[in-house]
Amino acid sequence: MNFLSLFVLVPVLMMVGLFLSKNLTQIRAVAVTGASLLLALAVGLVFAYLGERAAGNTSEMLFAADHVWYAPLNIHYSVGVDGISVAMLLLSAIIVFTGVFASWKMEFLEKEFFLWFCLLSTGVFGFFISLDLFTMFMYYEIALIPMYLLIGVWGSGRKEYSAMKLTLMLMAGSALLLLGILGIYYLSGATSMNLLEIARTGVPAASQNWLFPLVFVGFGVLGALFPFHTWSPDGHASAPTAVSMLHAGVLMKLGGYGCFRVAIYLMPQAANELAWIFIILTGVSVVYGAYSAIVQTDLKYINAYSSVSHCGLVLFAILMLNQTAMNGAILQMLSHGLMTALFFALIGMIYGRTHTRDIRQMQGLMKIMPFLGVCYVIAGLASLGLPGLSGFVAEMTIFIGAFIHQDAFHRVFTIIACTSIVITAVYILRVVGKILYGPAADHQHIDAGDARWYERTSTIVLILAIAGIGLAPLWISDMISDSLLPIVQNINL
Amino acid sequence: MDYSNFIYLKEELSLIAVIVILLLYDIFGSKKSLNYFQPAACLLFAAHILFTCCPAGQTLAIFGNIPPADQANAAASVYPTFSGMYNLFPLGSIIKTILSVGTLIVLLQARDWLEEEQTRVRRGEFYMITLFTLLGMYFMISAGNFLLFYIGLELASVPMATLVAFDKHRNHSAEAGAKYILTAVFASGLLLYGISLLYGTTGTLYFTDIPAAINGSPLQIMAFILFFAGMGFKLSLVPFHQWTPDVYQGAPTPVTAYLSVISKGAAAFALVTILCKVFGNITEHWQPILFWITIATITVANLFALRQQNLKRFLAYSSISQAGYIMLGVISASATGVTSLLYYILVYIFSNLAVFGVITIIERRSGKETIDDYNGLYTTNPRLSLVMMIALFSLAGIPPLAGFFSKFFVFAAAVEQGYYWLVFIALLNTVISLYYYLRLVRAMFINKNENPVAAIRSDNYTRLGLLACSAGILLLGILSIVHGEIYRHAVGW
Repeated sequence: MNFLSLFVLVPVLMMVGLFLSKNLTQIRAVAVTGASLLLALAVGLVFAYLGERAAGNTSEMLFAADHVWYAPLNIHYSVGVDGISVAMLLLSAIIVFTGVFASWKMEFLEKEFFLWFCLLSTGVFGFFISLDLFTMFMYYEIALIPMYLLIGVWGSGRKEYSAMKLTLMLMAGSALLLLGILGIYYLSGATSMNLLEIARTGVPAASQNWLFPLVFVGFGVLGALFPFHTWSPDGHASAPTAVSMLHAGVLMKLGGYGCFRVAIYLMPQAANELAWIFIILTGVSVVYGAYSAIVQTDLKYINAYSSVSHCGLVLFAILMLNQTAMNGAILQMLSHGLMTALFFALIGMIYGRTHTRDIRQMQGLMKIMPFLGVCYVIAGLASLGLPGLSGFVAEMTIFIGAFIHQDAFHRVFTIIACTSIVITAVYILRVVGKILYGPAADHQHIDAGDARWYERTSTIVLILAIAGIGLAPLWISDMISDSLLPIVQNINL
Repeated sequence: MDYSNFIYLKEELSLIAVIVILLLYDIFGSKKSLNYFQPAACLLFAAHILFTCCPAGQTLAIFGNIPPADQANAAASVYPTFSGMYNLFPLGSIIKTILSVGTLIVLLQARDWLEEEQTRVRRGEFYMITLFTLLGMYFMISAGNFLLFYIGLELASVPMATLVAFDKHRNHSAEAGAKYILTAVFASGLLLYGISLLYGTTGTLYFTDIPAAINGSPLQIMAFILFFAGMGFKLSLVPFHQWTPDVYQGAPTPVTAYLSVISKGAAAFALVTILCKVFGNITEHWQPILFWITIATITVANLFALRQQNLKRFLAYSSISQAGYIMLGVISASATGVTSLLYYILVYIFSNLAVFGVITIIERRSGKETIDDYNGLYTTNPRLSLVMMIALFSLAGIPPLAGFFSKFFVFAAAVEQGYYWLVFIALLNTVISLYYYLRLVRAMFINKNENPVAAIRSDNYTRLGLLACSAGILLLGILSIVHGEIYRHAVGW
């Protein structure tokens, strides 16, 4: 039994445990135990990984294991991690852990909620440990479908519309992806669906030109690539708190990770040739998302559009095709994952007290709920890139990487993308000023009370992680950077 | 005459034995002993399945009948007997077993309906007629000559009309029976005309002799088209599908279930056999025809399914589009294609029968059969809703359920042959189909209802049937052994 498979096994066992549990206490016990176990596993994995590397193990994927699954089609169950997947697994474990605490006060069909939540995490973890294209795609779809019920049953607002829109758009994306994956496998002539194996045999350059857009758009839909991002604001706004956290925090990263691991890694020539089209699209994502966030009045919509902008930046950085920018992209995934989860958690908690998410109806919350207020300010500052928090490290690295390109096209788009920093500051500070400061307006809000212990656990863990990356980014950026080498070499061949 | 030939007919003989025993039991059994008629029938049929399960080669070896030359590659060989009129081959035995398992599940689900006042006295007939149609399908699958094939086809369709009209006190059922028999006879006429043209141009009806005389002359193409139209009726491919919704809606629900999976599966396998064995030389003529028929089948059926309110009509269109996916396996006409076809049929049987099982029981107990009636079903009947949900997700192709794997394999088989556009269109259609399957899931889980279907206690037979289906849906994908076993026999067939 491979150590990595535990990441999939634990959520599955959690589901079994949940299925058997009888009351809310047992459900919570199972959820917390499982989530803590996952977090411990992820932290353990980081140390194990760093230890192996320090001991001089230079193979591309560590802790690899391979079992034949469907022999006639050369499908293997094949797992392994490099620095990038380790970082993503850590992120997912943190978000799942905090998500469980954020949904502590679930009041309706708790058991079913956590069951779907665990299925979603199974898909997420499985995706990041897989090396086989088929298994990867399977986990990707496992992560998508629970969203429908999670939003549809436990969501708010126009939940049925949003849930359907989200599911269908993401499934349409995965349909493109499936065709792309089959094309890659059969045209490369590889003897297995293993990523490394296909990267070695290579996909013929002529086919890359139509396969690359399929795969990039397929994953890009989940990464909120303009103009396929429209599911994201509606979906996030309607989803329950923990689901928004997991979705914006981790699921959207599946898109970025996939673009990078499958599209760029396996089809480097097409990436070089066609990157310009997607740079334009992601450039639009970055700026358009930020501008849209300015005019929204619903807290969740503001944050959802801000996610479009930040995730656009991830894809933008990946398309710069150099080590620095890609390193920034991965850091941005981590950083955005953590801070957007923090945002959604806080919004959920504030909404639970004020019963509105409309910023025009809230004022002076800092006096009523100081803990939540301070956390919101911290999340905001991380989002607009204050040094010392994770956002700064990530965006700085991205823009340095982007400026390495000398030509006018890249310069122009880098400068356009840079403007998003300023726009971000506008919408963040506007919200902070509007809802947190000033006299408390609504009398019903005054005795709302501050955060409870489970809410504090959830936010503190996230803030620690954000500050951790912001203050000591070097170890994680080194870990990522080493793993990027084979991919970058593949591009520059 | 060499009577040892009959050993090769072991599957058919065993089924005939079951039918004869049941017939005698029904006629001569005392009133008291007839109370055990249904369990006895199910057990007897289950014993028959166990008997057919043994691989063909092994059974023959027991009787010492394998020709020495074939013993080496017993896995993939065909044993022609009665001078080539009838073929015993492992792949055929596998599909017969699959169909029999499906029939057993249908029998289990039909039990509750057969206990009704009007049908109770005629229940013996139901078992016998069902098994006779199954016998016809056995002959269709194993035929080595067009005459035997035609007799099998007729044996499979004429008694079917009596099954469709089994609830003769209901106008709908009688009407559906009339519609079915008229279209079936017309289709048989076309098919027979095709066969006679083929005989006219080749001078033989044996599958093994025809390929040598096939040269793609216009008359032979005409023969193929007529033949294919007849089969298209059985498979309800667009544009030969018009009878399907009316008959499905009018027939008793267990009969609809039988019609939609078993009859379709047998026809699909017989079709692929004849396409490969008889028309294998002129693939360039029939592949374009199948290409367009497949696209039309999947797309048209999906678009019609979107607007259906009656569940049985809805499932009729859904099963037409599923037949389109089965055609992807037919058109590939390779070892991978045939494997994926058989596997698809197997998974489709489990998924569709689970849906029909739930519909049957709900229709019987509450008389409700539109989608809106299912609103809020989860609040009263959580288990039935869950079974229905996994079955629908399996039909839509969501992992980790078996439907995902079967869809992936037919797509892979088609891409292997270079049908990228076909797969692309089929994939887009899976997104459309997801929409209508989710409509039903939404009705059960999300929509509120003042007056949902009351809590239902299903009988043990239905439970057993649903349990078998759920187990199949959940396990078939993850356990790759079934697929591997089919593939082993499909190579070189």
